[in-house]
Amino acid sequence: MNLGRVVGVVVSTVKVDSLKGVKFYVVEPQNEKGEKIGDLLVAAETVSSRVGDRVIWVSSREAALAMEETFTPVDGAIIGIVDSVDVGMET
Amino acid sequence: MILAKVLGPVVSTVKNEALKGRSLFVVRPVRGDSSLAALAQNDLGGGSFLALDSVQAGPGDLVIVNREGNSCRQILENDLAPINALIVGIVDEKTL
Repeated sequence: MNLGRVVGVVVSTVKVDSLKGVKFYVVEPQNEKGEKIGDLLVAAETVSSRVGDRVIWVSSREAALAMEETFTPVDGAIIGIVDSVDVGMET
Repeated sequence: MILAKVLGPVVSTVKNEALKGRSLFVVRPVRGDSSLAALAQNDLGGGSFLALDSVQAGPGDLVIVNREGNSCRQILENDLAPINALIVGIVDEKTL
């Protein structure tokens, strides 16, 4: 599980049946300081987040488990909207 | 499982059901190569990530983090939890 920010929307009409009705966002992986830490990825949306939101996202098999239909070809999913990250003096 | 230090909590109101009622922490692993020297010095060079808590850990604690999804789901007793990192122990001391 990682932090990230929603930076864009992906629209796809022709897609696998089990992905119909699923919204996709472009997510920028970030660390606890809000710095970019990796390449952009496409993640399925499950918590009504919006562009600009800081989010919790999960990759691999666990991403599909966040979906309504859990046997679906998804390897990135947004599973939470971040209110705040408190790492205090530790960073 | 790996050793990591708890940096601090992530507060989130809207989240997956499986995450509710448990703390979510930013943790930084002891350097990725996990060499004995790195472990001995708690060399926190690895990239941070998020881990759910199951042992009442807190910021500053050195913890054991399980990074395998199925074992996390067994501990949470939730077959469908989209979780792949869980804090499963607080380290008292280690000898290398």
